[in-house]
Amino acid sequence: MSASLEEASAAVADAARSPDPMRTTPCRVRRVLRETADTFTLVLEPPGGSLGFAPGQFDMLYAFGAGEVPISISGDPGVPEVLVHTIRAVGSVTRMMQRLRPGDRVGVRGPFGTSWPVDLAHGHDVVVIAGGIGLAPLRPALLHLLAHRGLYGRLVLLYGARTPKDILFPRDLREWRGRFDVAVEVTVDRASPDWQGAVGVVTRLVDRAPFDPGSTLGLVCGPEVMIRFAVAALERRGVPSSEIHVSLERNMKCAVGLCGHCQMGPVFVCRDGPVFPYERVRPFFGLREV
Amino acid sequence: MSVETFEKILAEHPFFEGMRAEHVATLAGCVSNVKFDQGDYLFREGQPADRFYVVRFGRVTVETFAPTRGSIAIETVDAGDVLGWSWLFPPYKWHFDARAMTLVRAFALDGVCLRGKCERDPALGYELMRRFAQVIVSRLEATQLQLLDLYVSQP
Ligand SMILES: Cc1cc2nc3c(=O)[nH]c(=O)nc-3n(C[C@H](O)[C@H](O)[C@H](O)COP(=O)(O)OP(=O)(O)OC[C@H]3O[C@@H](n4cnc5c(N)ncnc54)[C@H](O)[C@@H]3O)c2cc1C
Ligand code: FES
Repeated sequence: MSASLEEASAAVADAARSPDPMRTTPCRVRRVLRETADTFTLVLEPPGGSLGFAPGQFDMLYAFGAGEVPISISGDPGVPEVLVHTIRAVGSVTRMMQRLRPGDRVGVRGPFGTSWPVDLAHGHDVVVIAGGIGLAPLRPALLHLLAHRGLYGRLVLLYGARTPKDILFPRDLREWRGRFDVAVEVTVDRASPDWQGAVGVVTRLVDRAPFDPGSTLGLVCGPEVMIRFAVAALERRGVPSSEIHVSLERNMKCAVGLCGHCQMGPVFVCRDGPVFPYERVRPFFGLREV
Repeated sequence: MSVETFEKILAEHPFFEGMRAEHVATLAGCVSNVKFDQGDYLFREGQPADRFYVVRFGRVTVETFAPTRGSIAIETVDAGDVLGWSWLFPPYKWHFDARAMTLVRAFALDGVCLRGKCERDPALGYELMRRFAQVIVSRLEATQLQLLDLYVSQP
């Protein structure tokens, strides 16, 4: 399954890239959805329609007067007319974006980067492990997998959030839970007394999840410590590390492999990632700059 | 339920996977079948820890009580998990409360009976300790991750 994973995801990424990657296109905000207290979703209308994207890719979003930040695309790859981004307000640019209203404009460059290698999992089980805002970059992959459900074996989503109030996309989760062809497990680190779901870290869900470790593709996104432990849990179950893919975040500027801001040893996260086969980035895990 | 049925169900539980048949048979002699309704306590902090549970159905919350915050859930334990290791170590008292969040069906394994059998059969004792050590390490790792409060300090 793994021989040509990188080539395939790079090819998908190239096919979706816009002709001038340094040009910012102003896009109108169609809707702003409040997801949680600090997280919101922007639904943008690219003028002249979208160029399409592959699950896992990101855009550089520019808030006028504040700056530019890399944000993964969280929308449905089957609905390319809108560009959807789910953003956690953590600093100056993302807080500015939180104040955007329908009709406002955001500059967009992209899409950039490699994608989740979903097509190479045909006939195999897929285990998706997400922590916190990490569910956003995985949402397009999940929507793709569900839209092509017959092509895959068992499909498992394991999602961990800080508290019940921090759970992203509860409507999606409810809908996916209602389907009988996907196993969805959600857990929180800290629970309010009325929470009826699981309490504990997301990595604990791996031990019981229904998949065949010898024929499974693992897709993992979240804080780096969580990724490391999730990969360890998958490996303990017997999933070879060559079949595990992770998405990484590093500070970015150009997003096209020129400035070196996102460099991690020999790799540039913007160009060679953000989705990597775990084997390729294992040595750099936990290091901010190499 | 007959001892043979206990034996068969135990052997199929993930905790006992791969255990030698004679060891499973020995353990089956210490088993009773238990059921808890939603809200029932399986055990409470400070009570004698004289057993452990093999959860077969439902969800249990392990919690502690803080006077200013009420009950605080630490983790949940589901079908396929084992619950409780305080029966292994003195002073044999529970350190937390365990409450059924749903209807819970489980096997209770009598700690006194088990300790006796482990003393007489060190191979069984080693096997059981090895499995519990794995559970304890994995819960410890999970608790450490929980304490890191990862989703606040991203990335
Ligand atoms: C490829 C890629 C994809 C990304 N996808 C998403 C996404 O889909 N949604 C999303 O919300 N974010 C995403 N991010 C992270 C996002 O780019 C940063 O949160 C953003 O750049 C912060 O910019 P700021 O100006 O608002 O905050 P800054 O002013 O740069 O930072 C303010 C504070 O927030 C902290 N901080 C910075 N980044 C993060 C972070 N990721 N999480 C928590 N705290 C942080 C800083 O350490 C600082 O203390 C992605 C990053 C990369 C590289
Ligand atoms: S952001 Fe410039 S090289 Fe990656």
